[in-house]
Amino acid sequence: MKKKHAISVLVNNQPGVLQRVSGLFGRRGFNIDSITVGESEEPGLSRMIIVTTGDDRMMEQVQKQLYKLIDVIKVVDLSAGPMVARELALIKIGAEPSVRPEILGIVETFRASVVDIGPSTLIVQVVGDPEKIDAMVELLKPYGLRELTRTGVTAMTRGLAK
Amino acid sequence: MSAQNAILSRDGLREKLLRPDYITGSEILLRSLLLEGVDCVFGYPGGAVLYIYDAMHGNKDFRHLLTRHEQGAIHAADGYARSTGKVGVCIATSGPGATNLVTGIATAYMDSVPLVVITGNVATAAIGTDAFQEADITGITMPITKHSYLVRRVEDLARIIREAFHIASTGRKGPVLIDIPKDVSAQKTTFHYPETVQIRGYNPTVYPNRLQVERLLSAIEESERPVILAGGGVVYSGAHEELLEFVNKTQIPVTTTLLGLGGFPSGHPLWMGMPGMHGTYAANKALQNCDLLISIGARFDDRVTMRLDGFAPKAKIAHIDIDPAEIGKNVETAIPCVGDVKAVLALANEKARPAKSAAWIAEIDANKRAYPLKYKDDDKELKPQYVIEMIHETTGGDAIVTTDVGQHQMWVAQFYKFNRPRSLITSGGLGTMGFGFPSAIGAQIGNPDRLVVSINGDGGMQMCAQELAICAINNIPVKIVVINNQVLGMVRQWQEIIYDNRYSHIDLAGSPDFVKLAEAYGVKGLRATNKEEARSAWQEALSTPGPVLIDFVVRKEENVYPMVTQGNTLDEMLMGDDE
Repeated sequence: MKKKHAISVLVNNQPGVLQRVSGLFGRRGFNIDSITVGESEEPGLSRMIIVTTGDDRMMEQVQKQLYKLIDVIKVVDLSAGPMVARELALIKIGAEPSVRPEILGIVETFRASVVDIGPSTLIVQVVGDPEKIDAMVELLKPYGLRELTRTGVTAMTRGLAK
Repeated sequence: MSAQNAILSRDGLREKLLRPDYITGSEILLRSLLLEGVDCVFGYPGGAVLYIYDAMHGNKDFRHLLTRHEQGAIHAADGYARSTGKVGVCIATSGPGATNLVTGIATAYMDSVPLVVITGNVATAAIGTDAFQEADITGITMPITKHSYLVRRVEDLARIIREAFHIASTGRKGPVLIDIPKDVSAQKTTFHYPETVQIRGYNPTVYPNRLQVERLLSAIEESERPVILAGGGVVYSGAHEELLEFVNKTQIPVTTTLLGLGGFPSGHPLWMGMPGMHGTYAANKALQNCDLLISIGARFDDRVTMRLDGFAPKAKIAHIDIDPAEIGKNVETAIPCVGDVKAVLALANEKARPAKSAAWIAEIDANKRAYPLKYKDDDKELKPQYVIEMIHETTGGDAIVTTDVGQHQMWVAQFYKFNRPRSLITSGGLGTMGFGFPSAIGAQIGNPDRLVVSINGDGGMQMCAQELAICAINNIPVKIVVINNQVLGMVRQWQEIIYDNRYSHIDLAGSPDFVKLAEAYGVKGLRATNKEEARSAWQEALSTPGPVLIDFVVRKEENVYPMVTQGNTLDEMLMGDDE
């Protein structure tokens, strides 16, 4: 059965490592729904969070193939247990002064924030799981969605490390 | 006495090489290669590797063989590696030199051959500017290398070379590329060759899980219809003796894949031949009817399984492989044994007991007798299978045989009976035409005392024919066989059988006269057009020191049988002509 998985990949912070990982997904026919990369708790290592969709057999292949890359140190399927997954979105919407109170009401309900106010636009910043961001975007659409950018999911398991 | 002197001088050389001198990247490269035990490098110079070639000038310890094309160099390095088990090394310049290696890298990657591939690149400051002869070779080869390095600092070079040899030659072996910008090859640093390698993300599993091996052994004892599918992993891990012991103890019939040929003696009563698209009737039937299939260092390639959803339908599958990603990749596996084939079999042999296979063996023997490999011989027209049989008979199955790709490759697999591992050098996974002849040059360099026979079609022979020069100039005594049917035979066969006799662009008539071609390069050329001529030409070739090319002009319409066409299961075989 196909399911969404968030995979944490600890890699050497080397030039070309993103290309190695994304190239592997491409040529093996694994899709990438989103990918985030940044420094990890250990100097010299980066952590990638890759969201992908597949059945158990594919996920097993994803993990095994990733481990074949010399620059990959550790692979964990975060979706196997309880985890926290968060994404950040910046949403620029048309907002004439007359509708701003209405918009601010939505922003407050979602515990989002307004990070820029222009003459006729607002930028709303929202953090949450992807479903929450989808919902926020839907609600703001009627005001005129000018620009949308999402970071992709970053995630970690709950509780004790390892 | 002389051997002892050689060891002493080698130790002396090692001491000299390890000295912490202040030297250039190029000298570091040559010293490191010598320290890794490289006794010949195959290469082709150019602008970006001029410092490296300059360092070779006058260096008596370093042996380099100049080919006539980078593709010839890498296939030669590949043939050297496959035939010796050591790491093959080749060098090319940046840009076109590097891209000419791509087919050879992919060939080695698909068949898990340990290579260290050195390319030059433009100077670090020019990288990314579309400089003259610049190509992003690490980017281009990422999907076809086990690992790759772009060396940015001369201080990293020695460590990188050490790591590259370690990665190439351990675990599931494969090609590793080192791209050296021109300025790095000129810069100097104090030489230090690391004794150990520490790569955090690289820890191949060598020793298997005992529990899985025990599960395998009990599955064998319960099995009535077991089969072993032995692949290249048996050869690469040097496990041929362990496999023989395992088979004798368990009484399981064996089929060897194309790359597994030689990993198990062809004369053994439990050997069934090769499986797959052009496999034997006995082997294919056995795979389809077995109740336990033990894959040993084989990866369930589509040319072996044919239609995957109908493959070995009654079998419980056990898989021994050093690469965990191979387990479960193509077929569902009940008993996974991750580890080095030699280590797994050695452990299994401690407690291996026979399967209940007596009736099954009798059934397989009946199939072997009823459906042997065969062809219709002819006294007027020379048959390609006859030529291969003749080569087998006259060499006792002990030659190193390299092949190109196509019909002749399958006939070699069928009619040359290999007894020793590392005797068949052939491009299995990638199916690279042009591989057969240059790989023989490398095999001969690595095995100066053995007879090396390179068997090619008339198509593939023209894809790397320029390397005839190397054989002539260096007196490399490869016996070069051309199975000349004036056509791209395997494509012709498919067009006949699958595309309804619509022959499209397969005619090779008008190819050069191979005898004259050989002679133009300074290689002796012979031709045979019937059985009698074939025997005398071949005898003459064998008794002539140095390289000889023999052009065997054979029947054009001959097909390889049995054949399983794509989309069919292994037991749906076309058996070919009567008699």
